[in-house]
Amino acid sequence: MLLALAVLSAAALSAAALAGRAEAQDVGGALAQLATNKYDDTEAALSVLALSGDPAAVGIVSALAEGRLVFGGTPPRVFIQGEGGALLDPLTRQPVADAPAVKPVRVNNRVRRAIEAASGALSLVSPDPAKRLEAAQAVGRSRDVAALPALDAVLAKETDPKVKSALALARASIVIGQAGVSEADRIAAIEVVGAQGNQDALALLRSVPADASPAVKDAAAAAIAGIERNLALWGAAQNVWYGLSLGSVLLLAAIGLAITFGVMGVINMAHGEMVMLGAYTTFVVQELIRTHNPGLFDWSLIIAIPLAFLFTGLIGVIIERTVIRFLYGRALETLLATWGISLILQQAIRTLFGPTNREVGAPSWMSGSFEIGQLSITYGRLWIIVFALLVFVALLAVLRLTRIGLEMRAVTQNRRMAASMGIRTNWVDAMTFGLGSGIAGMAGVALSQIDNVSPNLGQSYIIDSFLVVVFGGVGNLWGTLVGAMSLGVANKLLEPYAGAVLGKIALLVIVILFIQKRPRGLFALKGRSIEA
Amino acid sequence: MSTSETRPPALLTTSGLVFLGVLGAAVVLVPALNLLTAPDSALHVPTYVVSLLGKYLTYALLALSVDLIWGYVGILSLGHGAFFALGGYAMGMYLMRQIGPRGVYGDPVLPDFMVFLNWKELPWFWYGFDLFPFAALMVLLAPGILALVFGWFAFRSRVTGVYLSIITQAMTFALLLAFFRNDMGFGGNNGLTDFKDILGFNIQADGTRVVLFVLSAVALGLGYVLCRFLVRSHFGKVLVAIRDAETRVRFTGYRAENYKLVAFVVSAMLAGIAGALYVPQVGIINPSEFSPANSIEIIVWVAVGGRGTLVGAALGAVLVNYAKTYFTSGLLAPYWLFMLGGLFVAVTLFLPKGIVGTFYDWRARRRASDDIPGAEPAAAPKPAE
Amino acid sequence: MLNLFTQARRAAGRAAVGAATLALAAASVPAHAQETIKVGVLHSLSGTMAISETTLKDTVLFMVQEQNAKGGVLGKKLEAVVVDPASNWPLFAEKARELIEKEKVAVVFGCWTSVSRKSVLPVFKELNSILFYPVQYEGEESERNVFYTGAAPNQQAIPAVDYLMENEGVKRWVLAGTDYVYPRTTNKILEAYLKSKGVAAEDIMINYTPFGHSDWQTIVADIKKFGSAGKKTAVVSTINGDANVPFYKELGNQGIKATDIPVVAFSVGEEELAGIDTKPLVGHLAAWNYFQSVDTPENEEFIKKWRGYIKNDKRVTNDPMEATVIGFEMWVKAVEKAGTTEPDKVIPALIGVSVPNLSGGFSTMMPNHHITKPVLIGEIKDDGQFDIVEQTPGLIVAEEWSPYLEGSKDLIADWRSPLNCGNFNVKTGKCGGAGQ
Repeated sequence: MLLALAVLSAAALSAAALAGRAEAQDVGGALAQLATNKYDDTEAALSVLALSGDPAAVGIVSALAEGRLVFGGTPPRVFIQGEGGALLDPLTRQPVADAPAVKPVRVNNRVRRAIEAASGALSLVSPDPAKRLEAAQAVGRSRDVAALPALDAVLAKETDPKVKSALALARASIVIGQAGVSEADRIAAIEVVGAQGNQDALALLRSVPADASPAVKDAAAAAIAGIERNLALWGAAQNVWYGLSLGSVLLLAAIGLAITFGVMGVINMAHGEMVMLGAYTTFVVQELIRTHNPGLFDWSLIIAIPLAFLFTGLIGVIIERTVIRFLYGRALETLLATWGISLILQQAIRTLFGPTNREVGAPSWMSGSFEIGQLSITYGRLWIIVFALLVFVALLAVLRLTRIGLEMRAVTQNRRMAASMGIRTNWVDAMTFGLGSGIAGMAGVALSQIDNVSPNLGQSYIIDSFLVVVFGGVGNLWGTLVGAMSLGVANKLLEPYAGAVLGKIALLVIVILFIQKRPRGLFALKGRSIEA
Repeated sequence: MSTSETRPPALLTTSGLVFLGVLGAAVVLVPALNLLTAPDSALHVPTYVVSLLGKYLTYALLALSVDLIWGYVGILSLGHGAFFALGGYAMGMYLMRQIGPRGVYGDPVLPDFMVFLNWKELPWFWYGFDLFPFAALMVLLAPGILALVFGWFAFRSRVTGVYLSIITQAMTFALLLAFFRNDMGFGGNNGLTDFKDILGFNIQADGTRVVLFVLSAVALGLGYVLCRFLVRSHFGKVLVAIRDAETRVRFTGYRAENYKLVAFVVSAMLAGIAGALYVPQVGIINPSEFSPANSIEIIVWVAVGGRGTLVGAALGAVLVNYAKTYFTSGLLAPYWLFMLGGLFVAVTLFLPKGIVGTFYDWRARRRASDDIPGAEPAAAPKPAE
Repeated sequence: MLNLFTQARRAAGRAAVGAATLALAAASVPAHAQETIKVGVLHSLSGTMAISETTLKDTVLFMVQEQNAKGGVLGKKLEAVVVDPASNWPLFAEKARELIEKEKVAVVFGCWTSVSRKSVLPVFKELNSILFYPVQYEGEESERNVFYTGAAPNQQAIPAVDYLMENEGVKRWVLAGTDYVYPRTTNKILEAYLKSKGVAAEDIMINYTPFGHSDWQTIVADIKKFGSAGKKTAVVSTINGDANVPFYKELGNQGIKATDIPVVAFSVGEEELAGIDTKPLVGHLAAWNYFQSVDTPENEEFIKKWRGYIKNDKRVTNDPMEATVIGFEMWVKAVEKAGTTEPDKVIPALIGVSVPNLSGGFSTMMPNHHITKPVLIGEIKDDGQFDIVEQTPGLIVAEEWSPYLEGSKDLIADWRSPLNCGNFNVKTGKCGGAGQ
């Protein structure tokens, strides 16, 4: 209702410039209401402000939205807090002489919605087309019948095609379910809404009144059927996308293990803790950036990646040199030792950083989402997929193209032969384990964006990681890639039917059965020996 | 090895006799010191210690079952906790049914958790659990059948090594998730608890606790004798041969998978018995018993004690759990994971054969130098597995 | 012969070691019982629950120190005995027994999850000791030996739903929870409550996820879809601790704002938010009986002292901490009233004890062993704190047995004589649930 009034007023404004005097009193009343700091009053004041068309109104509303609208003194008055905390008069924007102690005017969800509507209404006549577009969408979302005349008025004047179509859609959204609309008008509205083809359109089309004429109903039914077919296709694509993004998380978690376990044969139970250390490295980097150079925050993850790699790689080398190197050829005993190490690392982090979650923020380029057709893609997930693939390719390149990669392959294939060829096997072992751990650390940087950064972080990934490596085939990086992606996609395709828990159980059973069929995983290493 | 290959080793070796001797002494002493001494006497064993020891003994039996397949067949099961938990659930379901109308809602049939989820009747799989013989049978059958099905598939397909370990882990993880679901009808995360009595005896009475402790000790003793009997028989020799060179055993004409399957099922049933004895002593069974970490811990016990020695497995279980009890109280409480983690690392580095294995080695060396015949062969597992 | 002799000697040696171990465990006579009163602290310091419970251990230690500074209780100093049940439920029972039987503590403060409470219940009943349980829970329980200082569902969930209905005009509800007993029960109660308010069955969506669920893409997308049906939609979240961070991160990523679909959570407090960037979450809600942002002098002083004790001037406070503080003060008061720490005297003395809470009122221990509480609704702010948008005018008495559940609607708890019963059936007039 508030919105409708606002739109009306805005339309009226655009039609004729109204005398400012009467409104000034309204604005004065609204300011007094704002100073009571009660949600109901604030909401009422906002509707008055939206109606007023006072040039100061926009500033007051945006100050409220940004938490810069403050009140204080006796009797309480409102001020706008300017740069550097100086109190300004809300109407004149002049600094106030006798500034009292102030508190910000409180805002809750209801008020926030009213702010959105008011600033939308105030900007329906804004010179900026982007703002007009937003305003049109806000009106559409409200589906408020009372806004219809105002909308028609603005629509007639609009020149920008994008804004115009948004306004048309807003109008159609309102008309479609309203009583007393002509058949032609309603069918036109159905066409406009149906062309949107999304979930919102579906809801709108279903709101066609039951007493509408058969022609209208048929049109709506046809549009609904079309959208549903369309959405089912997009839905499947969306699930595949979710699956790929889950798969990329699994890939990140498992790829380091594919080195330490797959290539070296160390049943590395401390792998999850390496991931955790990587996440904590990110946390420390962000803390340092926050305290020393907040401007670099968007770069924090980029900075954290090499640091996490080096740090966890170093920890990996230390573990290899002090413990693992005594255990080569005794794979199962590496399980015990690394299990012990994982307990120690967890408790060490708990002692150093406390048991609670730590905050790792998302840089601006990783927040938000965009849409391709009806496919909603979040930037965070997209970057994680890209990152996972980059890590994979880089790792493959290191193993294939570099000398150390060659030596690693040589040592893991035939240690003695490699040693006789003059390769320093000890050094290569340490580097390989360090590489696997370092990659786990980089995974930690990415996982810090979607999961808890807590001492328990690693444990939640260790089982899945082993499953991926074994499913893909131990010792084969491509197997790990395909394994992770297929498990991710299968999980997400099962989830809508079976639910999260049963889907996961079904997946585990499928993997168990699959291993019966291919006891060496998806991509078994070919070899002459009958026993690995 | 030495002379032992000409004649079969005795059913009970020196260490076995010592083991059974200690168990026997505990069976006599602990109840006597608990029931017959005054509570303030220096010799008195409080009931909570009796229950604690009883719990250790069930863990020891569980470790024994793992050692049978890991130490002698080379199957590293990372999911043995599942069999233990299934045995425990079978017992827990019996105990739940014994509560009868004494639950908080006073429903004569339905356990409390079903009442507050608005269930109207008992699910079919709860039928029969009010009868102890049926529950006792299920303690053996539930883990046994799971092991049979799982093993039949896995061993026939020749899934070995880490592949087998990881799918056993997947099995217990799947069961963990399943039992967490409230819709499964096993009480969800809260599990089964608030037991009242067992076979008509109050489960919290000192006498019942002592009897349960004695039963656990007896079960451990019998379990040990059974395992010894198995591993020294012809059957056991084949198992060890499979552990050391499965392909050669196949080429000699043995159906290796059948041997493995029998050992696996026996081991699962032993684990089930351990679980059934564990539940009334700790008073709760919950899905976390299925958690993969628990199963890994069992492996750790066996490794600490000494793989392939049976006695070592039991000893390892008791020692590690005693260490856990000891470290988790008092000043050390915040640091106990450092101790436990450090212990595991230290054992793998400095006692690769575990405590008992190292002791055997030391004794064998001493006997060799003393030239005393009849030294027991140290059952050294093949290192690479 | 020689061989046999050495064997016997070794056997004796082994037996001696075994006996020594037993003796070590048995030597548990408390030497200091006369000088101090022992207070048991049974919170996980390691494992998955350490994340929440460690703070409560610190809170009890803080309260013990404060009380000792005031001269202790009954002229004796308090001594805290800390154990670590390591998020392992059977270990909770074992440690509870150790505290009561071996350490002879007068009272235990502990447990967080329902399963840990269920695990130690039989121990407290058998050994007749006192447990203070400081966390909001599903209700459906009232035991003689346990005092519940956290909220029952009617002290948290129902007022929150009322707020959303009245203030946000919510017509469509997603009840999302972790699959365990607290969300199950709370959602059952809420479902019945919503239906009694005329919400249609198709306007309620119930979803359960496993513990530690970390991939929320599908579910958040479903919520978005469910919320786009034209009616104002809200999510009531009983998602447990660990899974919340990825859940909120996914909400933020998929652009669900509080003004579109508000989420009201019952398990998310200041501690949990400390691990999240709250800027995308501004406006989502939580319902508790205490927030750090409560504007009272009592709270200000408490926060100051707490931060001084913990030596961290950024450390947050939360609702279960307040519940622990209230429980502790109630116990002290009851012990002083009873003149002894004897549980049989303290338990009846506790009923009716009233202590100031941190939100400016008084909380009283009722005959059902639950306490009266105000209900506060807060909106998340961008600094990780809550803006309190609603507070119930009076105190709410806990309904330990929910009237909205079939099995418990006729039950009440009253631990005073002559009733002395935790599950008295008002229909049959008998103690012991629905028993005929």
